[in-house]
Amino acid sequence: MATHVHRPVTPHAVHVEGLTRAFDGRAVIDDLRLDVRPGEFVALLGRSGCGKSTLLRILAGLDRDIEGTVLVPRRKAVAFQAPRLMPWKKVWRNVLLGLPGKPERAVAEQALDEVGLGHRSGAWPKTLSGGEAQRTSLARALVREPDLLLLDEPFGALDALTRIKAQRLVGELWQRRGCAVLLVTHDVEEAVLLADRVLVMDGGVIAHEQRIDLDRPRDITDPRFAALRAGLLERLGVEATAAEAA
Amino acid sequence: MSISHAPPMSSEPDISPISAPDLDLQPLVPASSRRTRVPRWLRRTTGPVLLLALWQLLSSTGALQPDVLASPGRIAQVAGDMVADGSLPAAMGTSLQRVAAGLLLGLVVGTGLALLSGLFRIGEDLVDAPVQMLRTVPFVGLIPLFIIWFGIGEAPKVAIITLGVTFPLYLNVYAGIRGVDAQLIEAGESLGLSRWGLVRHVVLPGALPNAMTGLRYSLGIAWLALVFAEQVNADSGIGFLMVQARDFLRTDVIVVCLVVYAFLGLLADFIVRSLERLLLQWRPTFTGR
Repeated sequence: MATHVHRPVTPHAVHVEGLTRAFDGRAVIDDLRLDVRPGEFVALLGRSGCGKSTLLRILAGLDRDIEGTVLVPRRKAVAFQAPRLMPWKKVWRNVLLGLPGKPERAVAEQALDEVGLGHRSGAWPKTLSGGEAQRTSLARALVREPDLLLLDEPFGALDALTRIKAQRLVGELWQRRGCAVLLVTHDVEEAVLLADRVLVMDGGVIAHEQRIDLDRPRDITDPRFAALRAGLLERLGVEATAAEAA
Repeated sequence: MSISHAPPMSSEPDISPISAPDLDLQPLVPASSRRTRVPRWLRRTTGPVLLLALWQLLSSTGALQPDVLASPGRIAQVAGDMVADGSLPAAMGTSLQRVAAGLLLGLVVGTGLALLSGLFRIGEDLVDAPVQMLRTVPFVGLIPLFIIWFGIGEAPKVAIITLGVTFPLYLNVYAGIRGVDAQLIEAGESLGLSRWGLVRHVVLPGALPNAMTGLRYSLGIAWLALVFAEQVNADSGIGFLMVQARDFLRTDVIVVCLVVYAFLGLLADFIVRSLERLLLQWRPTFTGR
């Protein structure tokens, strides 16, 4: 763990204190506090409109109309819900976009290999399938070697089968890279499957925190898994159905 | 709602499609077998050739008098003569030079203004309103004013073309810049692109499809402006040849000049198409059936 600490003074990958963000006088995030340890995988759940995406955008540095303390690593990367690839740049150029200096194509291809897309490096983004585009977006984030990886519902637009594969891929990449991950999602199962710690956001603050101590790789048929899932769903205001309780 | 048939313990499972034996099935023919064998270029040239044949027919039978419209054969002959004595190449050279100069100037001014008002809010405030005002003035109406300002040399002709070219380019490049997907800009920001990096890698490539549309309009207007400019106070160029031919009632020379205009326009279109193929190859487009 200590190898990932880049700033020895603060053993955090993210440190947020007293964060407030208001839209037209209405506070979406209200005096929020959040710490993420280096290398920790944190999932952020919440009903739509609860401000979880706003929090991610703030951590990404895309939203600066804020009050409070926000400390994030200099090297951070975002993967959005839509892949947001530049359609006029080939896949490998998209991966390298914004990197300092003049990195070689091989650098991009290495990252693409990691997500299983080495063979598509010369393709135009519009010829990729949804899953491929999303994996490219992941490679673009990873090539920056981030200390903090921000994922904004990255599997939301994928079909069920592709989503399962993509989730597994993210889990593997995280274990290999050891960077801190903040995953914003509305999928409770996904959160329990991947995260060390699940946070539930409500009323502009972190309203609930749940450690997930299950061994990896996790089994969704494990009764402890189902119990954690049901508990979180209840926190989100969804009662477990009779079938799920059985 | 009531269930009147298929009792649960029925001995015969009723899943076979016997109940609808008279479905009108229709074979779906593969696209390859439907395609005709005639090559594309041949199909494209058939229309114009048929038109020419009809024209020749009307002229030969005397239905079309030569002083109204000369026959295609006669026009080809006159064109040959004009090329041989050097009057047509010289006129084309002069006209092309004017268009090139006007187009280049218009490109610089139009794109420059569009970049200014597209990229900077202060630029928009300063530039956009005056340009929108000026663009509603018919540029041909400015010819008298330009002659007073610039005399009767090359300057007013180039100025008219420049003016005609500037506005469609400005409008389209500006719209292109402002139409760039905000999500892509944000993605670029999150990747650590600088302001100039955003312009270079995100905004300008994103505005390119619109810019090409603007260029297409501009080229069309450039030829139009050339015709106007050359028919007022010119002593050389294709427009001048046409004015001269009008005075001598030479419909054949007039048609030769029109054909030259048409071909130059076609050439310009070909150049833009090639540019689009080269620069916009990332864009999968519908190419028709």
